[in-house]
Amino acid sequence: MNSLQQKKMMLTSLVLCGLVLALAAPAIHRVARGAAGYVLALYPFVAAIVLAVAGQKVVAGQAMREALPWASELGLSLSFSLDGLSLLFGLMISGIGVLVLIYAGGYLKGHPQLGRFYAYLLLFMASMLGLVLADNLLALFVFWEGTSISSYLLIGFNHRSETARKAALQALLVTGGGGLALLGGLILLGIVGGHWEISALTAQGDVIRAHALYDPILVLVLVGAFTKSAQFPFHFWLPNAMEAPTPVSAYLHSATMVKAGIYLLARLSPTLGGTEMWTGALTLFGGATMIVGGVLALLQTDIKRLLAYSTISALGTLTLLLGIGTTAAIQAFAVFLLAHALYKGALFMVAGTLDHETGTRDLEKMGGLRRVMPITAAMAILAAVSLAGVGPLFSFIGKELLFEAVLHSENSRTLLVATALLSGAFFVAAATIVAVKPFFGALKATPKAAHEAPPSLWLGPVVLAPLGLILGIFPGFVTYSLLSPAIAAILGRAEPLKLSLWHGFNPALALSGASLALGLLAYASWPALRRTQRGREALLGFGPARWYEVGLFALNRVASLQTRLLQNGYLRAYVMTIIVTTTALAGYTLITREGLPALLTRPLQEWDVRFYEAALAALIVLAAYAAVRADSRLAALAALGVVGYGVSLIYLFFGAPDLAMTQVLVDTLTVILFVLVFYHLPKFASLSGKFARVRDAAIAVCGGALMTTLVLVTNTVTLTEPISGYFLENSLPKGYGRNIVNVILVDFRALDTLGEITVLSLAGIGVFALLKLRPQGEKA
Amino acid sequence: MTSLILGTATRLLMPLLLLFSIFLLLRGHNEPGGGFAGGLVAAAAFVLYSIAADVSTTRRALRFEPQNFIGVGLLCAIISGLPALLFDKPYLSSWWGQIKVSGFIDIKLGTPFFFDVGVYLVVLGVALKILLPLEEQAELQSEDARDFSVEEQGSSGRNLEPS
Repeated sequence: MNSLQQKKMMLTSLVLCGLVLALAAPAIHRVARGAAGYVLALYPFVAAIVLAVAGQKVVAGQAMREALPWASELGLSLSFSLDGLSLLFGLMISGIGVLVLIYAGGYLKGHPQLGRFYAYLLLFMASMLGLVLADNLLALFVFWEGTSISSYLLIGFNHRSETARKAALQALLVTGGGGLALLGGLILLGIVGGHWEISALTAQGDVIRAHALYDPILVLVLVGAFTKSAQFPFHFWLPNAMEAPTPVSAYLHSATMVKAGIYLLARLSPTLGGTEMWTGALTLFGGATMIVGGVLALLQTDIKRLLAYSTISALGTLTLLLGIGTTAAIQAFAVFLLAHALYKGALFMVAGTLDHETGTRDLEKMGGLRRVMPITAAMAILAAVSLAGVGPLFSFIGKELLFEAVLHSENSRTLLVATALLSGAFFVAAATIVAVKPFFGALKATPKAAHEAPPSLWLGPVVLAPLGLILGIFPGFVTYSLLSPAIAAILGRAEPLKLSLWHGFNPALALSGASLALGLLAYASWPALRRTQRGREALLGFGPARWYEVGLFALNRVASLQTRLLQNGYLRAYVMTIIVTTTALAGYTLITREGLPALLTRPLQEWDVRFYEAALAALIVLAAYAAVRADSRLAALAALGVVGYGVSLIYLFFGAPDLAMTQVLVDTLTVILFVLVFYHLPKFASLSGKFARVRDAAIAVCGGALMTTLVLVTNTVTLTEPISGYFLENSLPKGYGRNIVNVILVDFRALDTLGEITVLSLAGIGVFALLKLRPQGEKA
Repeated sequence: MTSLILGTATRLLMPLLLLFSIFLLLRGHNEPGGGFAGGLVAAAAFVLYSIAADVSTTRRALRFEPQNFIGVGLLCAIISGLPALLFDKPYLSSWWGQIKVSGFIDIKLGTPFFFDVGVYLVVLGVALKILLPLEEQAELQSEDARDFSVEEQGSSGRNLEPS
């Protein structure tokens, strides 16, 4: 029983442990010092083992599900499920996570805020695991946002650098904005599908695709996925995110987080996929991203930015394959996904090592490093060959499958083939640049004298890059255990998968060869390409990054404009806004519901006024007029006091002694308060012009008239049975009190009162703070 | 600001007002009154005292800082809701007991009373937390003004009644 219970909550505890560990990371770092990276790497290591063990069942065809009820009325439960797709992603996240944590320990060695860095990284890791394991749409969204926020914190880790702060904010705004769209899409999806669990929605695919709201759902979900996965035209945040320390780039911005959007598309593909719109949008945006990313990659000299653009291109490829959606395309998707995570993770770590050891990221300034950094160079070349997609590496199989998929796609085959061929060529060129420029040729003098990096820095590439080779030769390691279940989860049906390096002489191989030749040609013309720098910058001036800047500027302007208009700090303006809004809205409703004539005659029909009541009302009105017309504060205050006491008399007449008493007391203390505040006010002066006075008077009269009518109307209209009867009956038997007002306050509605006195306390402390903490200069 | 009449009257009124405020608090459940009104009366009593004497004397008479009243009051109100949880009822459900000594005492006492005591203390604390510092500043400035008028033969009580 106990073990069963434990097993049931395995995925939940896996994710929650990570969140707890993130909190503890700074403390662990303080104790473990240099070894902290290795210690913390135990978390993803254990996670990987747990997932791999649990994955045995998944491979056998059983998906794991567990749920922790949260707010069941809202359809919110913390539910996780493990199927082939989440297993593949989960293993990538935890496996590369181990290497990245160790790498971070070496890369940021001695950094004063390394503990904080670990905390952010673990926060991200747990969120990302939660994202791919979540089965509930809303839980998925929470983790989705978790990754956005931790990405923001990590990009802005060097918060003293302005570019880092800007890049962090840009990434947050773009992905966060997409996240809002996604939230809308997911909510619509949950409403239309009638379920909040993704596993249940999968079965509703046909209903959802036929629903009138399918189009908005798809658009919103795609905006979310495209922003997260840096698809054109939202791609611009990703290269800027390279401001982050390199472990972050290797982990978040190439192997995992940017693939969250891809994951979501794959996850929802049985639910939303297969329509014309789906295929069209995904192939179009995916294809555009492939080309844009590929071209821009070749124009970079910063090794990290170059890799970032090639990542964008790879993400485009994944989107494109999901859009094509045939069995061959999904198989290519799975292989390409895994291969890319392996070589791109390795390349980023190499880039970081180069930066760390040479002090520059400029490819032009490095050269001949293979002699001083042999291990790094070997791994970089292996990973770059993988990026180029040349056999006998795993990524070669992926590339072959990609060409197979586009060759057998149903629509616009020529265009797709051309796109795949071109992007393949860009990959080859980028790979050649990365492999040749830093490591071959004459040794160049770099800002730091380069020598081989410590083991923590080359461990990651040494694991990841050869893995691409091993899997290339023995793809059987992963086909059955990892890729097949993932493909089955995306397609919604099991398909046999057989991978091999050699497919014989076929069109795909020819395309592969062509892309290789084209790529080498592009590499040869690289120096010429980069000379177009100036023209390119002019072109980029109109690109999406510029739209972002303009949009941000406009947003700030609108924000400050509406703040000046609505939040200008003048109490009188606030009061005016409140009264005008209330009067307009409530007045409109009243007139449309009751009709103006009825409203105007109603007071006359109910004219039942005693003499002393009329006299008191007249007194209050007179006092109010005196308060407005008074030419000194004390006189106005005295007149207001008359108004207050008059109102409390009215309470008394109508049998509310409690209210009357409180009103008298409050009024008394208010007068004292006012007198004390007078010391701090400037000289009394009449500041309003004639127009302002007339306007204010009109607003005041309208507000008063509205309230009067409202009270009269509510007296005659009964929407629901008033609760006062219940209070009257039950005050004594249930509340043991004859004073109903008090029984309501301290018993029936005690929670409200508790809230009110809490607010009162805060207000009191707030006023005190305002009195005491203002700058000395404003004292008088 | 010391007036003999006000001072003498306050010395008599102060205990009466405080007693009245407790009276209001106690009778609140059955007759007009309650913690809110009681707290306001008590606050008014202390403000009166501070006008007759001065703020520092009032603070000494209070014995505790106003924010302590706020905190204790909130705590009182929060704790008064806890017994309900022991009986598996929603938080803040009332719970009444009866103290009965035949012929002498017959008091019904319930958690709402302690809740009301909490309200009383919070209201008292908040009112004084705001009013006392204001009075302190007013005192300071009237002293300034007096010094100023002695030196310069200028008018006192500036800003109080400008025309």
